[in-house]
Amino acid sequence: MSEAPVLSVENLTTSFLVDGAWKSVVRDMSFDVRPGETVAIVGESGSGKSVTSLSIMRLLAPGSSRIEGKILLAGKDILALSEREMRGVRGNDASMIFQEPMTSLNPIFTIGRQISEVLIRHKGLSKQEARAETVRLLEKVRIPNAASRFDDYPHQFSGGMRQRVMIAMALASRPKLLIADEPTTALDVTIQGQILDLIKVLQEEEGMSVLFITHDMGVVAEIADRTIVMYRGEQVETGPTDEVFLRGRHPYTRALLSAVPKLGSMKERKWPTRFPVVDIKTGEAAEPAEVAATVESGRTPVLAVKNLVTRFPIRSGLFSRQTGAVHAVEDISFDLFQGETLSLVGESGCGKSTTGRSIMRLIEPTSGDVSLDGYDVRALDQMGLRNLRKSVQMIFQDPFSSLNPRMTVGAAISEPFIKHKLGSPKQARDKTADLLERVGLSPAMMSRYPHEFSGGQRQRIAIARALSLDPKVIVADESVSALDVSIKAQVCNLLLDLQQSLNLAFLFISHDMAVVERVSHRVAVMYLGEIVEIGPRAAVFENPQHPYTKKLMAAVPVPDPARRGIRRGISNEELKSPVRSMDYQPPKREYREVSEGHLVQVA
Amino acid sequence: MTAIQETAPVAAREPSRAWRKMKANRSALVGLVIIFFFTALAVLAPVLPIPDPLATSWSAIRKAPSATHWLGTDDIGRDILSRMIWGAQASLLAGVVSVVIAVVIGVPFGLVSGYFGGWVDMVISRVTEALLAMPFLITAIALAAFLGPSLMNAMIAIGLSAMPIFVRLTRGQVLAVKTEDYVEGARAIGLGHFDIMTRYILPNVFAPIIVQATLTVATAIIAEASLSFLGLGQQPPAPSWGSMLNVAKNFLTQAPWMAMWPGAAIFLVVIGFNLLGDGLRDALDPREA
Repeated sequence: MSEAPVLSVENLTTSFLVDGAWKSVVRDMSFDVRPGETVAIVGESGSGKSVTSLSIMRLLAPGSSRIEGKILLAGKDILALSEREMRGVRGNDASMIFQEPMTSLNPIFTIGRQISEVLIRHKGLSKQEARAETVRLLEKVRIPNAASRFDDYPHQFSGGMRQRVMIAMALASRPKLLIADEPTTALDVTIQGQILDLIKVLQEEEGMSVLFITHDMGVVAEIADRTIVMYRGEQVETGPTDEVFLRGRHPYTRALLSAVPKLGSMKERKWPTRFPVVDIKTGEAAEPAEVAATVESGRTPVLAVKNLVTRFPIRSGLFSRQTGAVHAVEDISFDLFQGETLSLVGESGCGKSTTGRSIMRLIEPTSGDVSLDGYDVRALDQMGLRNLRKSVQMIFQDPFSSLNPRMTVGAAISEPFIKHKLGSPKQARDKTADLLERVGLSPAMMSRYPHEFSGGQRQRIAIARALSLDPKVIVADESVSALDVSIKAQVCNLLLDLQQSLNLAFLFISHDMAVVERVSHRVAVMYLGEIVEIGPRAAVFENPQHPYTKKLMAAVPVPDPARRGIRRGISNEELKSPVRSMDYQPPKREYREVSEGHLVQVA
Repeated sequence: MTAIQETAPVAAREPSRAWRKMKANRSALVGLVIIFFFTALAVLAPVLPIPDPLATSWSAIRKAPSATHWLGTDDIGRDILSRMIWGAQASLLAGVVSVVIAVVIGVPFGLVSGYFGGWVDMVISRVTEALLAMPFLITAIALAAFLGPSLMNAMIAIGLSAMPIFVRLTRGQVLAVKTEDYVEGARAIGLGHFDIMTRYILPNVFAPIIVQATLTVATAIIAEASLSFLGLGQQPPAPSWGSMLNVAKNFLTQAPWMAMWPGAAIFLVVIGFNLLGDGLRDALDPREA
């Protein structure tokens, strides 16, 4: 309290011009960020957290937006500055890093040039000085061989490394405030851990303040000194992070926190467990119900995968000769029983989605055997493949792109039923109404179009559609990853309910370890196209054996403020690539049995 | 069972939203009014109280606009107003029919080319590029000359020349839509290629095709006028704006009104379609609220 705040926001209200009327998106926000402090703004999509940060930087389109209130940044009244003066503030007093490291660097200039340009413009350095300073900054963000990477282009860097470059650029002018808008959301969990650590260390070294915007309670708990919870454009709670987490006063805060899956919270439980149902008015959570045993493991598995391999050829040169291959899925085997959920977890490029698609032959596997509900999947012709669809269905990640925008919801859900000639139009209608009710929507919504629904509702529609053929197996490819926490909890509960009532088998593909722990019976950890560890959920989570599984678990941010200040030790390891040359022979893998059904790859 | 109540976004339905944006766009409305005006004239030509467009009069050769002949008369004494109104039929028909030909042939080729890819795409794309390399009007003239002079043949020639634009536009749109999850979802529920192309891809690529079609109507009207001017379109004595210009070019100094009216009409209709096309492009663009 002794020093003057770096950023002071008073009664900030931001409105947008919508159809000729002003609509406020952020209302009456007031907060301070003190020197050296990290303040997190947390909220779900549409809560106005990004608009708040853009208002502070005055990055909203001037004609169609209006900012009211008072913003003091390093003593300057931001809202009173001219656009020209504002340009001197951006990247100087305050810098910003964004979510998408793939698009926020200019692809046609080297990264060295992009950073030194900032130095030359804002600091008035000469070209030589700027080059030396850039290399120092790249070293500071722990980019290996910084000097030799000065002349590399953005596409030569991985996502995590690009985010480091972005941070280096943001630090170039030694800003007093760094605004980080979801800087780790697009990154894999082990890379996210590295970047969070890096931000913490840099903050100590540089003594700057950080305004951190995120939807992830785990990240908040790990990084923030103080936390602001936003809900529908309003600041509902502000306080020291552990205060907010442990003794949140606003019901929304408590509802949000109890909806967040916590890694390690399933220690004493035998079966998958529903998320607690929370009353938004009071914030009271009902005790979550465990799902009764559904697995019929004694019988033959409904899905059996043996030595599945899927590779994509890489062609290059004048005559498109094959020069290598992406070994997306390499010799994997597993069984899935009726009523069981097997989760495939791993980071991007580990082959988990390719596995799901290969099983359905949406992608042609290279070799191996897949037997699904009695079908020899790899031997099926076009007709057989159509029949296979009745046994296995898929739910996609993005509910905004997985429904045809020009088709009513009713048409979308009844279409599989009609196209497979399973009954009359009347029966199709009844079935659709029934399915909508089953997923918690009203049959009256049949004549509406997808864009009239929210993300969670759309995902319910996608689930109803997948169920219309009464499949035995559902491949859920990151089906809850794009949803907000509270919605994610609801959809997970729905999937668990459906598993119980319809005895479905789920192949649950996800990168989210906490959700996986909650919903799975068994877990398979994938790395570079191979399964490195597979076993019952409790065994894998409580007794991880493979080094990669351990690393993955350690990287997951847990929403527990006691873990603030945790350091994983700044590493800058990158994810390895499954691209191999033509003459690459995959090594024969051996597995060691740790306990019953718990297998670990022997390195 | 829900943890936290969600609310559906209050979004207007697609068609009504597009229409609302159209109505707010003044220039698009002007275009619509112009097109409506000329279409009404063309349709009502048989019942309007105007002289026979083919009736000649030796006593009224190349008369300037007057009370009896509002827009004047031509070199063999025919009433220009009447010929303008009947000529509108030929011009608008040529514009619309030739674009329909171009869309009906071009869109399926583009759809197949983009959807299947591989050698099918290779063949269709190379042929399309070869056709696009030739100037539109030159191709149309060559085709019309080859087919023989008549209004129908002119429309076919213009339609075929405009077709490659639609192949390429459709193909590009299909490539973008093809990667959407809902297309893979359609495969996952076991739909065949035909269903996927007609129910999932076509409806989602149609907006830019409609815009392109509207703009191409304008080009086609000019092309028809050019062909008629060269004697390859509407055959005398039947009127069309292009053939009227063809005759008028011999009397530019003595009877400028003979060229002025058809020229102005072509100009207005083309502007009308261009304004409408631009308006549609904005209205159908989902990125603009």
